[in-house]
Amino acid sequence: MTKTATALFAAALSFTLWTSCAKKDSGLAAGPDFQKQFQEALIAAKPGAVIELPEGRLDMDRSMSLSVDNVTIRGKGIDKTILTFKNQKTGPAGLTVTSNGFTIQDLAIEDTKGDALKINGANGVTVQRVRTEWTGGPSDKNGSYGIYPVQCKNVLIEDSASIGAADAGIYVGQSSNIIVRHSRAEANVAGIEIENSQFADVYENKATHNTGGILVFNLPDLPVKGGGNTRVFNNEIVENNTQNFGAKGSMVAKVPTGTGVIVLATNHVEVFKNTIKDNNTTNVSVISYMTTGNPMNDATYYPFPEAIYVHDNIISGGGTAPSGQYADVLAPVVGKPMPAILFDGIVNPQKLGAGKRLPDDLRICIQNNGDANFMNYDAGGNFKHVSRDLKPYNCSLAPLSAVNLPAPAASAPPAGGN
Amino acid sequence: MLWGRHAACRPPRRWPFLGLATLLLTACGTRAVHPHTAEPYPTKLSAWHLFSGDPAALKPNAGVIPYDLNTPLFSDYATKYRTVWMPPGTSATYNDTEAFDFPVGTIFSKTFAYPDADQGGKQRIVETRLLVSSQSGWVTLPYVWNSAQTEATLDVAADPTTVHWVHPSGTRYAIDYVIPNTNQCKGCHDRSKTVTPIGPKARNLNKDFNYPEGRMNQLAYWTKIGYLKGAPPPDRAPKLAVWDDPSSGTLDGRARAYLEVNCAHCHNPRGPANTTGLYLLAAQTDPMRLGLCKVPVSAGQGSGDLLFDVVQGKPEESILLHRMESTTPKIMMPELGRTMVHQEGVALIRDWIASMQGSCNAGKAGHL
Repeated sequence: MTKTATALFAAALSFTLWTSCAKKDSGLAAGPDFQKQFQEALIAAKPGAVIELPEGRLDMDRSMSLSVDNVTIRGKGIDKTILTFKNQKTGPAGLTVTSNGFTIQDLAIEDTKGDALKINGANGVTVQRVRTEWTGGPSDKNGSYGIYPVQCKNVLIEDSASIGAADAGIYVGQSSNIIVRHSRAEANVAGIEIENSQFADVYENKATHNTGGILVFNLPDLPVKGGGNTRVFNNEIVENNTQNFGAKGSMVAKVPTGTGVIVLATNHVEVFKNTIKDNNTTNVSVISYMTTGNPMNDATYYPFPEAIYVHDNIISGGGTAPSGQYADVLAPVVGKPMPAILFDGIVNPQKLGAGKRLPDDLRICIQNNGDANFMNYDAGGNFKHVSRDLKPYNCSLAPLSAVNLPAPAASAPPAGGN
Repeated sequence: MLWGRHAACRPPRRWPFLGLATLLLTACGTRAVHPHTAEPYPTKLSAWHLFSGDPAALKPNAGVIPYDLNTPLFSDYATKYRTVWMPPGTSATYNDTEAFDFPVGTIFSKTFAYPDADQGGKQRIVETRLLVSSQSGWVTLPYVWNSAQTEATLDVAADPTTVHWVHPSGTRYAIDYVIPNTNQCKGCHDRSKTVTPIGPKARNLNKDFNYPEGRMNQLAYWTKIGYLKGAPPPDRAPKLAVWDDPSSGTLDGRARAYLEVNCAHCHNPRGPANTTGLYLLAAQTDPMRLGLCKVPVSAGQGSGDLLFDVVQGKPEESILLHRMESTTPKIMMPELGRTMVHQEGVALIRDWIASMQGSCNAGKAGHL
């Protein structure tokens, strides 16, 4: 082989190598075959894979699913890569994930028939800069949940948004070790809901124009019970006055339109340093499961809220247009506006000690919330002994510890470079 | 001799003309089943040699045993053909309650077909799903048949396919038949996050089948040919009712068989729907777990504005029935595997709920 030929050959070879390297980008292309290719990529992915989605509106008519551990799905931006399920034929969810170490970033999932992003039974969930939205605004035709990890461990949801869910926008259920931060929940029935979960930090979020802003629930009849150890702090929870559009049989259908924060039958909850205002039924309510009126058939379920510490919040406005039972039964008794902080007054009678008080570490403490007014509305006694006296609740509880997620979640910079 | 024939059938390596190779293989239809227990899996169904002769005739190859179930899953009225094959000298281990423990190399096949309305009712095979016990656990492989009905090709994420078919009553239907992708296969065949067979349990296999040698109980036959070890005599093994045969069980027994087969692959304590607390295995005894007076937890619009999963005596107030009667993606149950309503199954469950005594305490007015 001559030198020239050798050089040419080498050049050709290196060009081939270069082009094959350039092709290594496993990004998927928009087009009619996109959803098939996306699903094939989700199936063929090996642990560690990053599946890059293109920019644009990507029409989907079926659910996608992932069951391979340690896979990242990454779009080009929360408003740039949009999976739209307007014409969804099979489902119900947009994307269902059942594998550990899952990361999803920089994309939107719109108008799914059912839940938008459901993650079931995963250890390690990272949701960053993801938007789920039903674009037609609040409607009972919308899907139930937006960002929806259930029975998961080590969950991070940040810089994300959920809009228009007919149940809960950002919902973490039956899970543990959870951070929801820097996110926006808007025009859902429930904005952010932490249900039957342990060790959750919910902070620096904005919940607005939902029916209820941030809910911390513990419900019966679920395989994982005993929610608690949840901190809700530095959130903005304002004007959650959207008429309830939840399905009648669902629990959130009972959320009164115009509620800021509800703590239901959960233990060890700290609500602090939030701005909570202009929620037209009430800004904060702490209640037992008895108050829901639902029958209780679950002997292992604990229906009382305990160790609740509501402090240092900025609370203003609201209470002017109570809805549901509050309007029918309570407002005639207590007048309007409704008190900013409501407690149904129902505690476990077996735990009451001297002075009919709960033990010090299990009390309901309400402190330093400016001039926000309060009422124990005696739901157990048919509202007969309502009390506006905050003194019995002037106490503090040991602060709950911060949630630590084990490994640093995949922290790639946002796509798009700016 | 056998080896010689086997070798002669094998196409030369790097055979340049695949068409010819296919012809050669077809000519050697008697070649033994060829198991694959690791990736890559064959892209063509024929490479497994489960069937011999005309591919569309689905004539089982030697050692490939057709079987049937007492109560099958409803799949949009498709006709389903099931087979099992195990490597020579191996056998499954009997279990009273769970799917049997099958040896590595086991191949289940399930083929879905319709009478084609565009071809005078001639059978059209749509897909064949394989469930294979590989070296790394069970794998699911969906093969889609071509229109010539000569071959099926592996497609892990197939597009839906339109099927025009004709019901025995003469009614014509056009459906967008959904071939489940590999993940959706796992979605049902999931037991504590491990892919597992669903159908081959003692109680659902415990029935007679017409073999070439004559009619015989399937558990006994599998035992006789060495495919099953440890099984009791069939009359001492559990037996599920046949959902549409009143002589096989009570209304309760048949309804519970139907619910187990159509729902409990997800709705059991170790299945993907364990988050709901609704468990529908036939052995379930807790009425609340079966949905009686159970409030839904994450049904959303699926609840249809109804309050309980099952209200005794009141089918129209029962969410469970409401979801069986729907074909809307977020409401319908099961979520996968059907686009039509199973009218006969709905009728059975309606009768079952109507026959129950009692009532649910709807509670009192309340709020959050």
